[in-house]
Amino acid sequence: MNTGSGSRERILARIRTAVADAPDAPEVVRDYLDTHTPEDRVVELLAENLADYRAIVHRAGTEELPGLIGRLLAERGARTVLVPPLLPPSWLSATPAEITRVEDDVDATARELDAVDSVVTGCALAVAETGTLVLDAAPDQGRRRITLVPDHHICVVRTADQVVGSVPQAMPRLDPTRPLTWISGPSATSDIELDRVEGVHGPRTLEVILLAE
Amino acid sequence: MRAALFVTCVNDAVYPSTGIATVRLLERLGVEVDFPEAQSCCGQPQFNTGYRRETEPLVRRTARAFAGYDYVVTPSGSCAAMVRQHYPAFGDAAATAVAARTYELTEFLVDVVGVTDVGAYFPHTVTYHPSCHGLRMLGLGERPRRLLEAVRGLELRELPGADECCGFGGTFAVKNSDVSAAMGQDKVRNAVSTGAGVLCGADNSCLMHLGGIVSREDAPLRPVHLAEILASTEEEPWS
Amino acid sequence: MSGTYLGMPAFPAAAKEAVGNETLRANLRHATHTIRDKRAKAVAELDDWMLLREAGKRIKDHTLRHLDRYLVQLEESVTAAGGVVHWAADAAEANRIVAELVKATGESEVVKVKSMATQEIGLNEALEAEGISAYETDLAELIVQLGDDRPSHILVPAIHKNRGEIRDIFRDRMGAWGRAAPEGLSDTPGELAEAARLHLREKFLRAKVGVSGANFMVAETGTLVVFESEGNGRMCLTLPETLISVVGIEKVVPSWRDLEVFLQTLPRSSTAERMNPYTTMWTGTHDTDGPSTFHLVLLDNGRTATLADEVGRQALRCIRCSACLNVCPVYERAGGHAYGSVYPGPIGAILSPQLRGTGSEIDASLPYASSLCGACYEVCPVAIDIPEVLVHLRERVADQGGKGHRLEKAAMKAAGWVFDHPRVLAAGEKAASRTRRLHPSRLPGAGAWTNTRDLPKLPPEPFRDWWKKNRAQDRGKGARPAGSGTQGRDAHGPGVGGPNSDDRKDSGT
Repeated sequence: MNTGSGSRERILARIRTAVADAPDAPEVVRDYLDTHTPEDRVVELLAENLADYRAIVHRAGTEELPGLIGRLLAERGARTVLVPPLLPPSWLSATPAEITRVEDDVDATARELDAVDSVVTGCALAVAETGTLVLDAAPDQGRRRITLVPDHHICVVRTADQVVGSVPQAMPRLDPTRPLTWISGPSATSDIELDRVEGVHGPRTLEVILLAE
Repeated sequence: MRAALFVTCVNDAVYPSTGIATVRLLERLGVEVDFPEAQSCCGQPQFNTGYRRETEPLVRRTARAFAGYDYVVTPSGSCAAMVRQHYPAFGDAAATAVAARTYELTEFLVDVVGVTDVGAYFPHTVTYHPSCHGLRMLGLGERPRRLLEAVRGLELRELPGADECCGFGGTFAVKNSDVSAAMGQDKVRNAVSTGAGVLCGADNSCLMHLGGIVSREDAPLRPVHLAEILASTEEEPWS
Repeated sequence: MSGTYLGMPAFPAAAKEAVGNETLRANLRHATHTIRDKRAKAVAELDDWMLLREAGKRIKDHTLRHLDRYLVQLEESVTAAGGVVHWAADAAEANRIVAELVKATGESEVVKVKSMATQEIGLNEALEAEGISAYETDLAELIVQLGDDRPSHILVPAIHKNRGEIRDIFRDRMGAWGRAAPEGLSDTPGELAEAARLHLREKFLRAKVGVSGANFMVAETGTLVVFESEGNGRMCLTLPETLISVVGIEKVVPSWRDLEVFLQTLPRSSTAERMNPYTTMWTGTHDTDGPSTFHLVLLDNGRTATLADEVGRQALRCIRCSACLNVCPVYERAGGHAYGSVYPGPIGAILSPQLRGTGSEIDASLPYASSLCGACYEVCPVAIDIPEVLVHLRERVADQGGKGHRLEKAAMKAAGWVFDHPRVLAAGEKAASRTRRLHPSRLPGAGAWTNTRDLPKLPPEPFRDWWKKNRAQDRGKGARPAGSGTQGRDAHGPGVGGPNSDDRKDSGT
């Protein structure tokens, strides 16, 4: 429903008049660094930076992963856990039976999601320098809302191929046609006296498992 | 080496002691100093208040007055910044030429004369306020501090919030006098908190503003221009 | 811009009140100093900061130079991805478009992500007039909305409130807007954040329409980007069925890759974090994930006029990080409200008079609301030379004449004439020095200076007289660059008793 008020043409015309005599802008030079972090430091740095912003960092091998996830959910006291459509089945294989698995149902309301205690997902990649997880709603992560409404998020990062050093290294690996969520620590705010406090609307507890396969 | 002294209008009329100190200091270091009498104001007050056209004659006059000198030295970071940063935009060849040859005093001493120990003696506790235009527009950096640290008898005290503006800002001081005064009062409070007896700066317009607050509040501080500290020796001490 | 601020007094009068308010001064000082040091640390972590800054500046300059092309490309990309693009020439048109879109959904309430553009156009008030309730969900915006207050900072609109004041607002006002604050609410930031979580949760869960701005829009992909911290942004951007984003036309960047620059510079400049907790990027609509309807309203509202000014257009590079506010000594003391705009601080002082024009008293006074100390330019992640634009806008204000400026212009001209005639100047200086003992340190009429500061005492003689007596005669009248002067000695002799010490005694500094 384009308004057809003529504003489109008017704005474009104003722009053309405004810059008609402007000099050509200098070329964009990308001589900034591709990364600030040596390759062999990225996993360490990711762990440090995640922890610095109050994410809880765990490490596991493939064998230990199911046990660790089960233990974290049990310790949290979760009764329900949201599961994205294609989470590797082994990840929840050691989760206690009394913790109910909830599939993400497209018709589920936000209120129903709000009743779920925890969510377990993978990620698209992680950025070491900024302590960031990027989710792209792939089947092992699910729709954006499932990592938002529950108060406890466990995210698994495969250290072998999912950790990059820097933001410039992350960009070409991400697909802009997918919905992307960059997560750096649990929900926080600086709105009271410009000081950071963790825990507002997003998950207040973010646990990251660095999975070494 | 010879250099033209650009004393600045404020120093000429209100703080001649700074001009005299600059002359003595430079001469002591073997610099031959000229004072082109055709000089007056660089035009900064007009320019910064939005009167560019009214600035033009002053730019031309200053450019002519200092034409032909290899070095133009001024004991004011603010006036040096006006000449260096803004003169080239006036489209006057002489003004552009003088812009490239104008040095703030500490720059001239450290970069051109190549000294940091100027043989000064100043047995007082001093705290240093780096004025904004010297700090940010000229990038004077550590030069003033290095000069002060080499002065015998001088004890330098760290000024909290040193790089914050003192609130002078030319016509800002009267157009926004409440904010200006609040900034100056905070600066004086910080200077007093160091326990230093002398508040040193390299721009007398800032010191005029701070000195006015010091005087009004009867604060235990004496504002002194850096040139006067550097000119002070055991034989001819500052008093 | 919004009518909220019409009739604001000029900056100096508004600032005077703030300067006298001890609580406000303490709140602002505490908050700005806290973030200042943190920002410096976050920036120091990247040794290519200056290169990132330059790249950001150039990306923006290039985009602005070809803004028509990139907006058309953006429109195509967004449309191809399932979004609908609208163009709004001014605030009224943008408000009308949004109100119609909301009404078409049949809803009467919207949840909002903090957005400068919607503040600028006064969207909440416009929606209210149409019977639509707009709920702010950012913590600071919530504080401002509940307190019936105005924002005073770009990033932290409630920066002027301390934790105790926030607690009182929550306790007294939350109930009227929805879920009341918990009994016995304390003023710890953790409890305050929890109160906001509980209060807003029900609004998020039932919301059918979300309204946002955007930090960036990518022309080549049609991607919109919102940086945030609390998760309220994610709630508004993903839970509702309809999303309406109102975005200034200058927020477009050409390529996906351009984001790599701003993803590094914006968080560090704004919240002083390596990365803000949440950033959402969406491209049109995404099947069952998130809103099924997406509208983008592209807003001009004075931006094209700003773009036409060759010096002033650099203000359109702004990425709204607010680093300039946090380092500004004037902002710290005057507070955000004195700027009479949703854009306070140094960036506001150059943006508001360009977006709104310099016709009103407040807008004509904003270019002077700076000591030109340059701290804002130093920290700006897109290198906006704010002092340069301020001086440029002062020229514009001086040119248009008006209150005080005709007199000032005459004075500037007269001073210029005197300085251009050194003989007159010298005579004036001499006369002033001769009568110096008669000069009072407080002058009637010069109150703007002398209310708080003494005037300097004038010296017995100006410098040029000393030079004449002590140096000039040694080398012939007047110095000549080609001449060879000799090392003169002072006529008065060195040391104590010389003019130097005389001057010092009299100058009273």
